[in-house]
Amino acid sequence: MSTRQRQVFWQGFRDCSPFIVIVIPFSLLFGVVARDAGLDVFQVVAMSAMVIAGASQFTALSLLADQAPVFVVLLASLAVNLRMAMYSAALVPHLGAAPMRLRVLMAYVMVDQTYAVASNKFEVEPQMPLAEKIAYYFGSITVVCIPWYLCTFLGAVIGQAIPPALSADFAVPVCFIALFAPMLRSAAHIIGAFVSVLASILFQAVPWNFGVILAAMLAIAVAAQVEFWQRRRAQRKAS
Amino acid sequence: MIDTGTFWLVTILLGVLTWLIRFSFLGLLGGRELPDWLLVHLRYVGVGVLPAMVVPMVLWPAATGGAADPMRIFAAAAALYAGWRFGVIAALAAGMMTLWLLQALTG
Repeated sequence: MSTRQRQVFWQGFRDCSPFIVIVIPFSLLFGVVARDAGLDVFQVVAMSAMVIAGASQFTALSLLADQAPVFVVLLASLAVNLRMAMYSAALVPHLGAAPMRLRVLMAYVMVDQTYAVASNKFEVEPQMPLAEKIAYYFGSITVVCIPWYLCTFLGAVIGQAIPPALSADFAVPVCFIALFAPMLRSAAHIIGAFVSVLASILFQAVPWNFGVILAAMLAIAVAAQVEFWQRRRAQRKAS
Repeated sequence: MIDTGTFWLVTILLGVLTWLIRFSFLGLLGGRELPDWLLVHLRYVGVGVLPAMVVPMVLWPAATGGAADPMRIFAAAAALYAGWRFGVIAALAAGMMTLWLLQALTG
């Protein structure tokens, strides 16, 4: 890595580091809950290392504990992760030209935090060279992934629940809010977020968490239409 | 008890299939130039997906058995405003502190 790339790597690391305060309790909690469900320490860590997607791991765990059939466990947990296909698509314009072996690795570590922090950065600074975008992406994931592995392990070993008075569960929605709030830079972004909220309430009863996917698609379509409309208006003004 | 064989089957399949979901577009489209209309849509993935994930967790939290909790809704609104106005750290701090403060005040 060049000096510049190293700088950008640490910039990504810094920009994503506030999320440590969320990743630590969330991964500790997973370790504790998984041990309570009867998994051994190795199984707990293996699951976190292979999947790295907390929400779907909790889903899988509770369905496994309920003795649900394997395909039900998989379907329900994968539905939770389906949003990442959209992240994958959204990263193509920025990181698609990276070498295949790096894209394989990028896919393995793609989580909400890295997607949101990195894509927000790339939108604001589109002229960033590819090598720096890659360095930034890996910097932002390092600070999330390593605590994720370590604290799942710690949670599994210590096995002590976090005091309920702390409402650690609320850290998850707060984390997602912290991810999208800085994205609300334009009218189209704000309208998109608004549609996403309304649609997710409307689609709440849709099974398998697919309501989230439907709400997201609707919000994306509406926000894109807002941008097209703004462009047409700007053109009319110019001509 | 979770059966060991079932656990490994689920974990390995979940790991592989989740990786495939993540790899999908980034892996297969690669460095191809995407049409402008698609790029415009992709810009809004974050604001499309993330709020939809948040809403059920705030309105019907598992911790209260799915009953709406005005303190959580207020704390979420505080996080949103702080995040929009000041950024990530402010959102995290405002969200958790507001909830703890309200819980402490209402005993």
